[in-house]
Amino acid sequence: MAHDKMAHNKMAHNDVIKAKLANGMRVVLKESRVAPVASFWIFYRVGSRNENSGATGISHWVEHMLFKGTDNFPRGQFDKAVARAGGIFNGMTSQDWTTYFETFPSDRIELALQVESDRMANATFDVEETESERTVILSEREGAENNYFWLLHEEVQAAAFQAHSYHHPTIGWKGDLRSLTRDDLYRHYRTYYTPNNAVAVAVGDFDAQEMLARIDRFFGALPAGPEVPPVRLVEPEQKAQRRILLRGEDSTGYAMLVFHAPQATHEDFFPLVVMDSILGGAKGMGLFGDSGNNRSNRLYRALVDSELAVAVASSFQPTLDPSLFSFYITLAPGSVHQAAEDAVWQEIRKIQEDGVRPQELEKAIKQTKAQFVYSSESVTFQAYWLGFSEVVASIEWFDNWLERLTAVTSADVQRVARRYFQPNLQTAGWYAPQGPQTE
Amino acid sequence: MTSAPTKRSVPGPENITRVVLDNGMVVLVRENHAAPVVVAEGLLPTGSIHDPDGKTGLAGFVASMLMRGSERYAFDEFNEIIEGVGANLSVNASDHTTDFGSTSLAEDFPTMVEVLADTLRRPQFPPEHMARVRSQKLVRIQERDQDTQQVANLRFFETIYGEHPYGRPTSGYAETVSAIQREDLLAFHAGHYAPQSAVIVVTGDVRTETAIDLIRAQFEDWRGDAAGTAEAQLVAPVQSTNGVNRLFYPLPGKYQSDIVIGCPAVARSHPDYDAIRVANTVLGRFGMMGRLGETIREEQGLAYYVYSAQDANLAAGVWLAAAGVNPENVDVAVESILSEFARLGEEPPSEEELADSQAFMTGVLPLTLETNEGVANTLLNMEWYGLGLDYIERYNDLIYGVSPADVQRVAATYLRSDRYTVVVAGPPSAG
Repeated sequence: MAHDKMAHNKMAHNDVIKAKLANGMRVVLKESRVAPVASFWIFYRVGSRNENSGATGISHWVEHMLFKGTDNFPRGQFDKAVARAGGIFNGMTSQDWTTYFETFPSDRIELALQVESDRMANATFDVEETESERTVILSEREGAENNYFWLLHEEVQAAAFQAHSYHHPTIGWKGDLRSLTRDDLYRHYRTYYTPNNAVAVAVGDFDAQEMLARIDRFFGALPAGPEVPPVRLVEPEQKAQRRILLRGEDSTGYAMLVFHAPQATHEDFFPLVVMDSILGGAKGMGLFGDSGNNRSNRLYRALVDSELAVAVASSFQPTLDPSLFSFYITLAPGSVHQAAEDAVWQEIRKIQEDGVRPQELEKAIKQTKAQFVYSSESVTFQAYWLGFSEVVASIEWFDNWLERLTAVTSADVQRVARRYFQPNLQTAGWYAPQGPQTE
Repeated sequence: MTSAPTKRSVPGPENITRVVLDNGMVVLVRENHAAPVVVAEGLLPTGSIHDPDGKTGLAGFVASMLMRGSERYAFDEFNEIIEGVGANLSVNASDHTTDFGSTSLAEDFPTMVEVLADTLRRPQFPPEHMARVRSQKLVRIQERDQDTQQVANLRFFETIYGEHPYGRPTSGYAETVSAIQREDLLAFHAGHYAPQSAVIVVTGDVRTETAIDLIRAQFEDWRGDAAGTAEAQLVAPVQSTNGVNRLFYPLPGKYQSDIVIGCPAVARSHPDYDAIRVANTVLGRFGMMGRLGETIREEQGLAYYVYSAQDANLAAGVWLAAAGVNPENVDVAVESILSEFARLGEEPPSEEELADSQAFMTGVLPLTLETNEGVANTLLNMEWYGLGLDYIERYNDLIYGVSPADVQRVAATYLRSDRYTVVVAGPPSAG
């Protein structure tokens, strides 16, 4: 076991312990004595970002295969053991990471360590199980394809990235899902599911030093793997505006506007978070960034109050490599795509020309503070935030979130608005029903 | 941050305060000083069961319009007050109830109670918001009607309940929502929004007396007629559809078919409710979604999602299963689900299989009660269905009181191969 390092989490006024096991596995721990529960997460630094053409969707499929059994926990035994102990569990794959979690009554948390350390190394990838999972994943994809908003998003994402692997949908292209083999999946698993490519997080009702010792007992003996292949892809600067027009059978019109924007660790990240919050409202700290009332933001007033749209949102997520700042619009009946797009542009230009008001900066900070307090009620949410923060940036980055947000000035927001939002830097996507042009 | 002295104790009669105000409104408070947060969750005893004919969606329309302006808070002001402090306030109509919720920092709780009271009691229904809210609702209805899962669900409930109010969607239909006028909103609010039998549950970082005083100050002078009495909640008995209904709704441009299949079941107060709840966990909930997940997803690889659920209310509800599959696999998936229905009624589950589900249902309780929101929801449910303040303490016995024979019996009684409805929505070729 390597050195422990104490880092003060200024947000939640609680101590976060960071450690590194001898095999290179990172550990992040936080005691939370609020309720008799604990959550354990393991993050692997692998996602669709690490995938090449011809093998897209492989990370997500591997995630599914880890529910298909090991020698110790044959298929069906893992999930039964967790549920029997009053636990909940899931797995998720994103562009940058794959993660698994269990949340338990705190006296049962050791079972999470047992199953996660087991399937980090011992998943069987049975050939028949691989085949039956192929159709499950095709079903997952086809369920999503039923939705034109999802299809438009896939098209826009693919158009926005030409060289970088963020081009690929996390679930994978259908052709790849039909052709990938058991051995491809197993190789991917053995390449990326190593202690040195993993971050374990535990938050809850336990003694942190004791938990660290337990984690070392379960994971410490797993051998380190070779270094994972680096992702060297760099998206070239966008030179031309890109436009997508998707047509289909559904009647509701959608529009999207996306712009390349920097990664979590970039100095412009926090000014863009503030811009996102002022334009589209503060985002919650829940598992899926849910938020409640959101009607006082600039976009809502400009598009929904004016009856151009029935819904509008902006989105800016922390990522490992430069990704996107996005706008999503659901058109009002009779409204045209171009008018909605122009209205978003008008709001961007206002910030480019005039910056933002001090009260808006203050509100963004207040909302963020409240969200941090709400999220402190759930060990599951806290562990999720700590884990993905360590993967896309660092715990210190998360720790300093509020401080960095508070330091953002109107001039900073104005500067990033000018730098990242230009007509030639945008990819626009419209969904419109078949038939006579309405846009 | 102080450590909560009550963290090991489950909510029960000794730590929940229950007060009934003079006007019949019930207030429940449970303190939790772990974080500076206060959550309030509540309900008014009116919902879509009170939608007049031809105006389906009215209760939902009223709920949406509440936050569009009240006597003291115009729309913009309301939004600034709530969002400026990072709070959340919501009002949504359901079938029997209109549910509301507030989450805020403890310091903002008094403001939230004041805003909530004004919103529920003195909405202004500003005419300029009528068209805007209507068009938002119409687009949501349009999106619902082009979504295979939602169409399968909606048509299932319409078919199984027939003319009963439970067969009508709270969100309404395009024609009925288009027909709603401002006068309808005013009349619904005047006729159905009343304090009798309304419930408000407060959990979090506030002293019990303070919370009760705040609610008293904002709500106790509210008077209403008998709209909130038990009689107003009566709905016609559900006329169970007999025989087998198989319906298909083609939606062009889709890739997957969604299936909802189920049978008439029981009310929340029925003696079989707990046995069905346990049996349902075995059937389509435990682990990777119970027996249905094991056969349909894991063994046959037919579906990404498959599960079952019991929907029980004041009047009789349903017991259903749902899955999304490739259009080619609709028939085999339906047959597999029906054969799992039948198997559960033909032979009792093993002691071990039943014990697993019971261990999950009882063991997961601390997770349900982790957050203020979880506690508030649980208490609200207990109050509304009259389960008693000791319900959580009795819960383990209720679950463990179900035997393998009970599971078999309720499955045989309700999951009937001669009396079910199956609805499929998907690409036209699947018909």
